[in-house]
Amino acid sequence: MKHTFSVLVENRAGVLSRIAGLFARRAFNIESLAVGITEDPAFSRVTIVAEGSDYTVEQVEKQLNKLIDVIKVRTINPAELISRELVLIKVNAGQTERSDIMNIAEIMDAKILDISRATMTLELADTSERIDLFTELLRPFAIREIARTGTVALQKGTDTISVKK
Amino acid sequence: MITGAQAMVKCLESEGVEVVFGYPGAAICPFYDSLTASAIHHILVRQEQNGGHSANGYARIANKPGVCIATSGPGATNLITALATAYMDSIPMVAITGQVATDVLGRDVFQEADITGAAEPFTKHSYLVKDVNELPRVFKEAFYIAATGRPGPVLIDVPVDIQRRELSKEFKYPDQVQIIGYKPSIKGHNLQIKKVADALSNAKKPLICVGGGAFAAEGHEMVRRLAEEYNIPAISTMMGIGVFPSSHPLYMGMLGMHGVKHANQIVREADLLMIIGARVGDRAVSSPDVISPNTTIVHIDIDPAEIGKNIGTTIPLVGDCRTVIHQLIEHCNSHNRPGDFSEWTQYVRGLRDTYTPDTSPREYGINPKYFLRRLSEKMPDDAVYVADVGQNQIWSANHIRIRKGRFLTSGGMGTMGYSVPAAIGAKLADPKREVIAGCGDGSFQMQMMELATICQDQVGVKIIIFRNRKLGMVKEIQKKSYGSRYIATSLEGDPNFTVLASAYGIPSESIKASEEIDGAIERLLSANGPFVLECVVDPEESSI
Repeated sequence: MKHTFSVLVENRAGVLSRIAGLFARRAFNIESLAVGITEDPAFSRVTIVAEGSDYTVEQVEKQLNKLIDVIKVRTINPAELISRELVLIKVNAGQTERSDIMNIAEIMDAKILDISRATMTLELADTSERIDLFTELLRPFAIREIARTGTVALQKGTDTISVKK
Repeated sequence: MITGAQAMVKCLESEGVEVVFGYPGAAICPFYDSLTASAIHHILVRQEQNGGHSANGYARIANKPGVCIATSGPGATNLITALATAYMDSIPMVAITGQVATDVLGRDVFQEADITGAAEPFTKHSYLVKDVNELPRVFKEAFYIAATGRPGPVLIDVPVDIQRRELSKEFKYPDQVQIIGYKPSIKGHNLQIKKVADALSNAKKPLICVGGGAFAAEGHEMVRRLAEEYNIPAISTMMGIGVFPSSHPLYMGMLGMHGVKHANQIVREADLLMIIGARVGDRAVSSPDVISPNTTIVHIDIDPAEIGKNIGTTIPLVGDCRTVIHQLIEHCNSHNRPGDFSEWTQYVRGLRDTYTPDTSPREYGINPKYFLRRLSEKMPDDAVYVADVGQNQIWSANHIRIRKGRFLTSGGMGTMGYSVPAAIGAKLADPKREVIAGCGDGSFQMQMMELATICQDQVGVKIIIFRNRKLGMVKEIQKKSYGSRYIATSLEGDPNFTVLASAYGIPSESIKASEEIDGAIERLLSANGPFVLECVVDPEESSI
């Protein structure tokens, strides 16, 4: 089963390598990892999506908590999860394909970032599943290049994962 | 303003460090230069790994972090095995390494190694100091992290230009640390305490299994009190040897792959197993089904990550073992005192008493098991015995009899070459105590350069070499599991160890018959300084 971990860490050199090293060492598989600064520049939030059993989740949480730079670890309950990924797709788009691609973009709420004589570059920020779908829809047009971020996530409602609590 | 190097020395002095173990090199020279003005005693080891093991032995006897020092590159990488050894056994240590200058970091210059990266899996935490003004905070945190919670090694890597640079503000060693991501729980949760107390009062056949965590928390007396207060029998892991005196009426010996039969039997029969400061490693409990599914398992540990890692736990109890067990005893005494376990205790003791160690003389060489029992009888009550790794470790674990002393060994990592340097550290931590290192001829040759350290600093450790001209434990594995196809386990190139000892001016003796044992032990123990005793052992002697 897929799990989303939200990890609040001190914004210091070497933290990411410690986290990545821990996953590798303990044989936990990372599906995606995204890191960025938080509301307080002293801290970063790392969002990790990983596959594993309940045992793995418990161990990941506990082992992450042992890292001195890690301040808080939370596995986000799937029902509480708001998550987004960002994808940029460059697709072959000659005169004949252009309108079909624009149709798909409109349906999926994607933006057209760039257009040339032979290609279009589209942007979509959505859930992992919707991005998979978008990619599938564009595949018949011959995708030239994809750049995709890891998942970032927060919990629904007023609850936060922050330093003070 | 003082330099970074001077600040490093001041930090060590502020921590009350008296002895450090190290090996210099270019990138750590400014620090060494500042050490000339300090009263800190520097022990020059003969290889950095041994400096780490000495700091380990020192820490275990002094009950505070041991300090070791190495230069950049190979000096630092040589330390890795010692860091890993300390990490696996949760020994508090602070390792200081020199590093190449910050302006050339990452360019693969001479003697550059990414040691914080390389040591990451084997350290509790590490620092690469890039701002000289950070040194006091870094040192304060390093000592705090090493010694608190589940102890472990912390590495401080200091580039040579940082050591030379002057601080831009007055040196002030912090009074306290502020690490927001590090707050070990000391006190046990009251609800969990109550659950454990209830389990204890419902139990008919409780058993304590204690590990090295009891020493880390200085909670060994408290564990003993728990056993004695309610008449609960106890067994130990290898790291927990010495929590109970070997002849304690409630102590049943070491469990596990190389433990005693009755200890493993009662683990299966107990209805309540209280694991205290032990991580239930594979050598102690080979697989979770060794324990009956009906057994209630209480796991007391300061590291929450250990709970549920290797064994399913019915009642987890996180906290410092001394504090938690004190809470438990208070709760039991004021709420529900457990019942009478004397029937179970008597049964267990009966099993133990049927065990008779094999002390018969051998046709060739001495019986190491008998030798270790005789040595135990004659050594002082508070002696420290350091076992190496291999067959000698198993002989020692099962046959050294601890009274008020300590049994030290590399339990988790199983690092050969641990005993002599660790014994040096232990002896320097408490020079009045008798410290004896026991090793095989294989492991001795991984550390024999330390005889020079012993001579140079007149460290009075006693060394016993069980010589069978074999890597005995591997040979045993080859015999049992690889059709006796022996390879790479013969040590025919061994030197004459007594001649070797005399080359260092260390008195020595070699024995190969039972009758010689008592006299040799006498001379070993009465020697006023170091002593090497070689015991010839039959290569066919088994571990158990």
